[in-house]
Amino acid sequence: MSRRVVITGIGAQVAGGSGTKAFWERIVSGRAATRTITAFDATGFRSRIAGECDFDPAQHGLNRQEIRRLDRVTQLALATTAEALADSGLEPELTDPDRLGVVIGTATGCSVSLDREYAVASNGGRTWLVDHTSVTPHMYANFVPSSIAAEVAWSVGAEGPATVVSTGCTSGIDAVGLACDLIRDGLIDAAFTGASEAPITPISVACFDAIRATSARNDEPDTASRPFDRTRDGFVLAEGSAGLILEELGHAQRRGAHIYAEIGGFASRSNAYHMTGLRSDGAEMAEAIRAASDEARIDGTDIGYVNAHGSGTKQNDRHETAAFKRSLGDHARRVPISSIKSMIGHSLGAIGAIEIAACALAIENGVIPPTANLHEADPTCDLDYVPLTARDQKFDVALTVGSGFGGFQSAMVLAAPGRLR
Amino acid sequence: MSAPTVVTGLSVMAANGLGTDDFWSATCQGVSGIGPVQRFDTSQYPASLAGEVRGFDAAELLPGRLIPQTDRMTQLALVAAERAVEEAGVDLESVPPYERGVVTATVTGGYEFGQRELESLWSKGSDHVSVYQSFAWFYAVNTGQIGIRHNLRGPSSALVSGDASGLDLVAQARRNIRKGARLMVTGAVDGSLCPWGWVSHLTGPGIARADDPARGYRPFHAEADGHVPGEGGAILIVEDGDVAQARGARIYGVIAGYAATFDPPPRLGRPSNLRRAIVRAIADAGLRSSDIDVVFADAAGRPEPDRDEATAIRGIFGANRVPVTAPKTMTGRLGAGSGAIDLAAALLALRDGVIPPTVNVDQLAPGLEIDLVTEARPAELRNALVLSRGYGGFNSAMVVRHRL
Repeated sequence: MSRRVVITGIGAQVAGGSGTKAFWERIVSGRAATRTITAFDATGFRSRIAGECDFDPAQHGLNRQEIRRLDRVTQLALATTAEALADSGLEPELTDPDRLGVVIGTATGCSVSLDREYAVASNGGRTWLVDHTSVTPHMYANFVPSSIAAEVAWSVGAEGPATVVSTGCTSGIDAVGLACDLIRDGLIDAAFTGASEAPITPISVACFDAIRATSARNDEPDTASRPFDRTRDGFVLAEGSAGLILEELGHAQRRGAHIYAEIGGFASRSNAYHMTGLRSDGAEMAEAIRAASDEARIDGTDIGYVNAHGSGTKQNDRHETAAFKRSLGDHARRVPISSIKSMIGHSLGAIGAIEIAACALAIENGVIPPTANLHEADPTCDLDYVPLTARDQKFDVALTVGSGFGGFQSAMVLAAPGRLR
Repeated sequence: MSAPTVVTGLSVMAANGLGTDDFWSATCQGVSGIGPVQRFDTSQYPASLAGEVRGFDAAELLPGRLIPQTDRMTQLALVAAERAVEEAGVDLESVPPYERGVVTATVTGGYEFGQRELESLWSKGSDHVSVYQSFAWFYAVNTGQIGIRHNLRGPSSALVSGDASGLDLVAQARRNIRKGARLMVTGAVDGSLCPWGWVSHLTGPGIARADDPARGYRPFHAEADGHVPGEGGAILIVEDGDVAQARGARIYGVIAGYAATFDPPPRLGRPSNLRRAIVRAIADAGLRSSDIDVVFADAAGRPEPDRDEATAIRGIFGANRVPVTAPKTMTGRLGAGSGAIDLAAALLALRDGVIPPTVNVDQLAPGLEIDLVTEARPAELRNALVLSRGYGGFNSAMVVRHRL
């Protein structure tokens, strides 16, 4: 491993946390920000709760034209990219634009706008031959998913490789993993990466209703996301975004950048089993953890914190608990494991990048975020999930994992600067 | 230096040929599959031409349980993947489970499936949305479905960069092989030919408005007026070269070089970075520009990007110095399938020593100075360059080499 990759800038927008500082305060507070949906009238839907961002694009440097033209998912990506860039102190204009890449994760892309445009063009679903004259004239350009990476690249002047990674709920971790590979392979020296999701729209809420994947605890919106708890009944859908600046270590050191953490290893595997179902043995996630740890040249026992996928579905909790035991052995019973989705909900393709940001901040601050709303663990979940309150604990290696529709299982190892060989 | 990544199997689905042999023989003869859309009534729309795949009976080719849970482009992709695996002659179960993966994508998602569910949602209510909607439309659906069908449990992904995706996916598969995988199913079959998809195309970068198929998609033509969307693409099997040789596999060629760039912000008025992608892809292959015997162009079909592409080609190879072709003029542009089908065509061209033609272009736009191949041309081909560009500024270039 000749070229090493570090995180030098973080931006975040999550439910109950606008900006990185507020995001961090939120996830160590133990208080959830999920609530009754306000983005549209969700009367009649099975799940009517979500983690919504209180996000004002005008406050984050977007101009009037961008606010009118771009989908919310892109606006969130631009805001978190700008925050991460400012945080990193990187000056793109002083860097060869060819050596700057963009890799953004998203699962549903511009679904808010497309849902809205469809409703108009079809006259409320009344016609199959939808009317092209009633949609916004640049619908394709503005709402094709690759436009998110294009807008980010334009905003920072990056002219190296650019793409969107869309692997459902592992999009975020997979996007950062690819950005890391591009730097290691020597194709670029810095990457604008992260992930963004804005799925609080009728079609997305309805599709999870249909398979009862989301929580229907509509009367208790702020305690509905209960990963690993005996009473959990599904995940709480959310919006969110994280922007990350990755740099080759020497590049960061030469300009005296603040380094949050090093990305030690990344791996993804697939369960080849079911588009939405999980085998209970967690074999593929365990294999991803093993491969990511090998790449980072760490032993499982070096891991001081595990950021769980922890979506709050019964099958995930079992699958994941099995994967930790399978990959970490006895250490799985000692290492603190938590799910920040308990507080900010599950923002599909964005959450993986948000969780990488959480790990980097946890390493830096020596604090482990808790799993909120976990009062009585399910009997099948017998590990230390850090219930209710954050824990002051210095540690220097974190593992974060993701699991998604399509069977994707991904794992990444992050470490304090200088910790890895 | 690791072993080369080689292509050992491929399968094409396109408007001018269902299956590799039909596609290739039609393509070499200049037989186009583009015509008026038959799947829905286009009389209210200002465009009517598409490259529809005809005579594809999913129910006959796929297990019944897969039909209600898949969009048409996923059905096409599943059949293409099955044939590609078959053609590679590999027993997948002999490859260690975590060393076989899949990287494919759809750049617009399962539009037709999605339109039906949007219609149910808005006309009947949220409780009428299909239990399959959560995954049938999303960008990674083909990766997931192909992975399940062939028990591919290694690194798997989906990259979305417009029509540049097709090459980016194969490059990612090569990266996975360099990092330890032995076999990857990659390439893409894509398409969104339904009314809602059509509306999206109509608002896009330039769909051809002509009604006459011969005047629709005419890249580099003096009167180029847009592209024709199609459905289809190609699935490729790529393997570690040592492993493939050890099992005596037939090898189509080597994924020898690749690079991707992004264009400067339009407000700056600077030229496209396509040229840099080409230069780097050739360098990545360890070759010189004089080693490239044919260029499969992106061929946007609009004056400005056509001129940019011709300028980049001319700048590197010289005026009229390298044969350039765009067989996509017979299939339409295929989203993520675009780069994949051109890679397949390039590998078949290397195999047979023939450059397939570009149709509909009887007169080049002035000043382009490229050697556009308009009749199939026999040639000794060592290396082919394939270009793919995604709307918004994505440029990808890949070099395939015939010999190991």
